[in-house]
Amino acid sequence: MTDSFFDLKELARGDSLHSPIETSDHDPDFLLSSLEQMLLIRGVERQLAYAKEKKIIGGPVHLGVGQEAIAVGLSAHLRNTDRVFGAHRSHSHILALGTDVRKLFAEILGKYTGLSKGMGGSMHLLDKSVGFYGSVPIVAGTVSLAVGSAMAARLSNSSDISVVYLGDGACEEGIVHESLNLASLQKDPVIFVVENNLFASHMHISLRQPIDSTARFAYANSIPHRIVDGNDVTAVYSAASHLISAARQGNGPGFIEAVTYRWYGHVDWREDIDVGVNRSQHDVEQWRAKDPIRRLKDALLASNLITEGSYSDLTASIDARIKKSWGEAIADPYPPITLTYDCVYSS
Amino acid sequence: MPTLSSPVEDRRLLSYGEAIRSGFDYLLDRFPEVFIIGQGLWSPWYVGNSMTDLDTKYGVTRIIDTPVSEAACTGAAVGASLSGMRPIVVHPRMDFMLYAIDPIVNQAAKWSHMFGGQANCPVTIRSIINRGGEQGAQHSQALHAWFAHVPGLRVVMPSTVADARDLLIASVLSDDPVMYIDDRWLYDQQDFLPPPSELDLRDVKPQLLRSGSDLTVVASGYSTLLGTQMADFLSSEDIYCDVIDLRVLNPLDVSLVVQSLTASRKLLIIDSGWKSSGFSAEIVASTLESISPSLLSLAPLRVALPDTPAPSSSYLESKYYPTVPDLVCNVKSHFFDTHV
Repeated sequence: MTDSFFDLKELARGDSLHSPIETSDHDPDFLLSSLEQMLLIRGVERQLAYAKEKKIIGGPVHLGVGQEAIAVGLSAHLRNTDRVFGAHRSHSHILALGTDVRKLFAEILGKYTGLSKGMGGSMHLLDKSVGFYGSVPIVAGTVSLAVGSAMAARLSNSSDISVVYLGDGACEEGIVHESLNLASLQKDPVIFVVENNLFASHMHISLRQPIDSTARFAYANSIPHRIVDGNDVTAVYSAASHLISAARQGNGPGFIEAVTYRWYGHVDWREDIDVGVNRSQHDVEQWRAKDPIRRLKDALLASNLITEGSYSDLTASIDARIKKSWGEAIADPYPPITLTYDCVYSS
Repeated sequence: MPTLSSPVEDRRLLSYGEAIRSGFDYLLDRFPEVFIIGQGLWSPWYVGNSMTDLDTKYGVTRIIDTPVSEAACTGAAVGASLSGMRPIVVHPRMDFMLYAIDPIVNQAAKWSHMFGGQANCPVTIRSIINRGGEQGAQHSQALHAWFAHVPGLRVVMPSTVADARDLLIASVLSDDPVMYIDDRWLYDQQDFLPPPSELDLRDVKPQLLRSGSDLTVVASGYSTLLGTQMADFLSSEDIYCDVIDLRVLNPLDVSLVVQSLTASRKLLIIDSGWKSSGFSAEIVASTLESISPSLLSLAPLRVALPDTPAPSSSYLESKYYPTVPDLVCNVKSHFFDTHV
């Protein structure tokens, strides 16, 4: 292995990969539903950003605007009996599986109708009905859990798989390396999806790791890997396709490193707060020009799968849906005071 | 065990270690969702006679000896428990388990609460106290008090041969995460046991192993054995003790202790951990909150480890752990105004 072998090169640069994505080999239904899902995710997160700024939401929200293509491209391969685990920035992960937007809003507002009955907020999301088994904010906290969930599938002779989303920062935690080793050794059907957005909180990857690609850890553990442009939904889809079917067939884990960028800070709604180290407004603007939604939209316009008119209709209907869900969640009740005592142990 | 059960027809003589093995055997035979994961499971060197031949009987896909990865293996068990399994993680020494605190404390213990009761972790973490033998500070610790501090994590410390088996079964069948702590110093205790029973862990309360109205003795795990041996000695001098075996440290129920104190008015706690912020302090505090200040005739006495790491030297080690003669001497001097 050499440094150049695991080098993200232009994937990690803001000044490249701005053009429309390549869609010619992909099913129009997948492309259109991906556009819709990515717009929904972005709209939901923009609503959360607004509500956080206006102090309607009290707790931390980690927004992933700019990273929507990864969960959408990957989730197209999943079924609701698979087990998906997230982390602190997981709105896109659960939305891409089709969770109920009102319940997500209600959860983030601490309402009883929320996905976790209002006990979790933005950082503790769960919806088993769509295969989302849980997200937690302890960095790398779900990685070993996903390996165990995949063990359960293997021991039950099921073809279900586990998926765990983690960041480039999580790859600096020791338990990730233990988990990669264990999953590879046991041939557990788990897909590790590293959303490498180049930052852990405020720190650029160059200040934290000697090499910018985390896929070297997959190589070190004999796990098949793909490094992809995380702002290209079809690239993510294609990379996941082979790895997921191999996992379903009993060939063990896979590792996807999807390179992307978050437009907002680590937590909060502002673009450039608490991310000062090695990140400038110029960088953010360059990456905004690599918008995964705009690149898909332009490709669909060019291939006449959408028109400016149909795109406007789509965004209007998504906005209306978000507004309706938000209004309902705002009106929903808070949990009963007894709930905090009643769910410490199973009932 | 402290008092042998009678050897009637359907009872079998088992040691504490064999009783743990019979609990595993019972679970693996009846519940396909049970598997065991941890280091040293294919080697008697790590787990004594508590898992002998389980790997050959049930196969290495259910009895999983692992890489040297406490954190990931514990996390994997927690994750499997979220997906329909009832795994048991074995940590042959509690000291090494400290690498796995996140999956135990931040994950298993919290998931039910964080997700509104919709994600329970029926995982059992078997943690072995394995000390003595000049092994020193990192091969000796009894950290039950740390884990009993955490809401959502049930903590079980069997002291009797029957509990070694039946509380293991109850722990694994519980829908909550359970830390089951056994002590290698108990492995040679023997008792005649009836067939296994499936207890509901939520109903398991402290039990009285000796009865007497002169002193209330509270202990758990190996310390309970010290307590019963001390009580048996004192009874020859007409001092009679209630010996209460806590069994479940979290959630803690001290009602039996409170009831005993109304007669004895004297409280002794024996604990295998350190004294400072230790479990003995919790017993004193939670008991005193439930009684009138005038009920006790004398200040409570705690016999626990001195607040130092375990020494390696055999001589220092022999002074470090409390013995039955130490206890007898302390108790007579503190409570009965006599010296031996």
